[in-house]
Amino acid sequence: MPDLRDLYQDVILEHSKAPRNFRELSAANHKAEGYNPLCGDHFTVYVDIDGDSIRDIGFQGSGCAISKASASMMTQILKGKSTAEAEQLFARFHKLVTGAPTANGDQTELGKLAVFSGVSEFPVRVKCATLAWHTLHAALEGKQQTVSTE
Amino acid sequence: MTSVARRLPTVLRPPQAQNIGGFDVEKLRRDFPILKQKIRGRRLVYLDNAATSQKPQAVIDAISHYYERDNSNVHRGVHYLSERATEEFENARQTVQRFINAASASEIIFTRGTTEGINLVAQTYGRTHVGPGDEILVTALEHHSNIVPWQLLRDEKGAKLRVAPVNDSGELLLEEFEKLLSPRTNIVAVTHISNAIGTVIPLRQIIEMAHRRNVPVLVDGAQAVPHLTVDVQALDCDFYTFSSHKLYGPTGMGVLYGKSALLDAMPPYQGGGDMISSVTFEKTTYNKLPYKFEAGTPHVAGAIGLGAAIDYVNALGIENLAAHEHDLLAYATEKVSALPGIRVIGTAKEKAAVLSFVLDGVHPHDVGTILDQEGIAIRTGHHCAQPVMQRFEVPATARASFALYNTREEVDVLVEGLQRVQEVFA
Ligand SMILES: Cc1ncc(COP(=O)(O)O)c(C=O)c1O
Repeated sequence: MPDLRDLYQDVILEHSKAPRNFRELSAANHKAEGYNPLCGDHFTVYVDIDGDSIRDIGFQGSGCAISKASASMMTQILKGKSTAEAEQLFARFHKLVTGAPTANGDQTELGKLAVFSGVSEFPVRVKCATLAWHTLHAALEGKQQTVSTE
Repeated sequence: MTSVARRLPTVLRPPQAQNIGGFDVEKLRRDFPILKQKIRGRRLVYLDNAATSQKPQAVIDAISHYYERDNSNVHRGVHYLSERATEEFENARQTVQRFINAASASEIIFTRGTTEGINLVAQTYGRTHVGPGDEILVTALEHHSNIVPWQLLRDEKGAKLRVAPVNDSGELLLEEFEKLLSPRTNIVAVTHISNAIGTVIPLRQIIEMAHRRNVPVLVDGAQAVPHLTVDVQALDCDFYTFSSHKLYGPTGMGVLYGKSALLDAMPPYQGGGDMISSVTFEKTTYNKLPYKFEAGTPHVAGAIGLGAAIDYVNALGIENLAAHEHDLLAYATEKVSALPGIRVIGTAKEKAAVLSFVLDGVHPHDVGTILDQEGIAIRTGHHCAQPVMQRFEVPATARASFALYNTREEVDVLVEGLQRVQEVFA
């Protein structure tokens, strides 16, 4: 039986209560909205990109603990990374939370994000964990439409 | 009529602490095979009845009996099985007629569910009566299925959708409702009971107000039929629609009641077999009621299952169910409200079987996941009623909803589960 503590790890709870980079970026040159119609989670991700590197990133909105912590930790890890690295991390993160086999080195690349591995035991929560990442992806692609997890 | 339904106690014992409403809940629970299973190693506590209710053995048996013994197409064959299937199917229609006290069985149209009933009326009555600038009046409590079909009609016809507001308790503001009834109002469509927050609306007054202005009223009875006695003639509503699956019956099945004068004058909804009396390439004559609105092979097993579900409910007495569920709602409201950091959404004086709430600092989705680990099934989200969430300025709620087989012990398990949620998020 999956254990609740695998899902609600302290780090996740802590980020959900005090999310980092939880603000609108006035300097953002990329932004996108993400929406999960199933539970009403709704975030906007703001990115300030300089060349191909993420100079600053923030988010706003509301959602469950998993989606909020995921957004918060995503912004932390991505600051200073290149957009290509961001996409690569998203791919690895996606594998992690869906329980897909991961390649050697994925875990180390993911660093602190590894706390989300417990999500794979709770399939209905995968969309919560990936909402911010999908939204980031849309922002990087310059899409204006709201992305939806459905 | 199934023999299993007859086995149920018709002589009810006087109320006791553990069997409020005059029936023995523990005994009734045994009628529902699904409740016997363990979920994640724990006894299933099913509190998502507003989404769909579980099915008693009598309903399951009626459906398998039909497929094992009577299966055949209806209204077509001259052979023995077809005759028997048709008889069972039409018996179910009469069971529904008596259940809601319709004047005639020909006013009972079988549909796929509440949603189809509303779409049927919007696309037939609506399309022939609502024109540019006309108004459709709903309430702020509607399920999406009583909003979107009217928006489709509004957009097609250039009509307007008006919304009667509710107060902070979730009660309909009757005076505002009356003000919104204008000379341009062509139809009123209201939910009898809110699925999101449990409000029972003052239906009689609404219908009287509308009828004084000659406006017909459609009632979305999806949440009402399982919890209170519905008498469509006493209410004098023009259309009443509900789903079988929330009434202990099978999915894919529902009912639209309409007054025959209205139904007669309406164009058909879908075309096909069964809904015609003669077809040439030049001209088709439609069948009489209710068949005019039942194109194609109907859900025969579904109708028979619904009939069995109604027999089951009737044997218990809907007023007894209502009393039992009311006790559970009052008990749950008291217990849940006593927890710190919890706000009940929807505190109308008249409520039925639904307790919606939010916890400080915990998103309903997280509440749902943690309760699920304890074997407790509740609904979290917007309950297909996003405008209700917007009215109460919450993104979503957690909702416990009760049925005849729920117990006070289950409410206690829910309360313990909520305490566990608060521990995790402390
Ligand atoms: C008030 C109300 N109306 C309509 C519906 C739609 O019912 P169905 O999905 O069975 O057509 C529901 C069910 O969720 C409901 O609660």
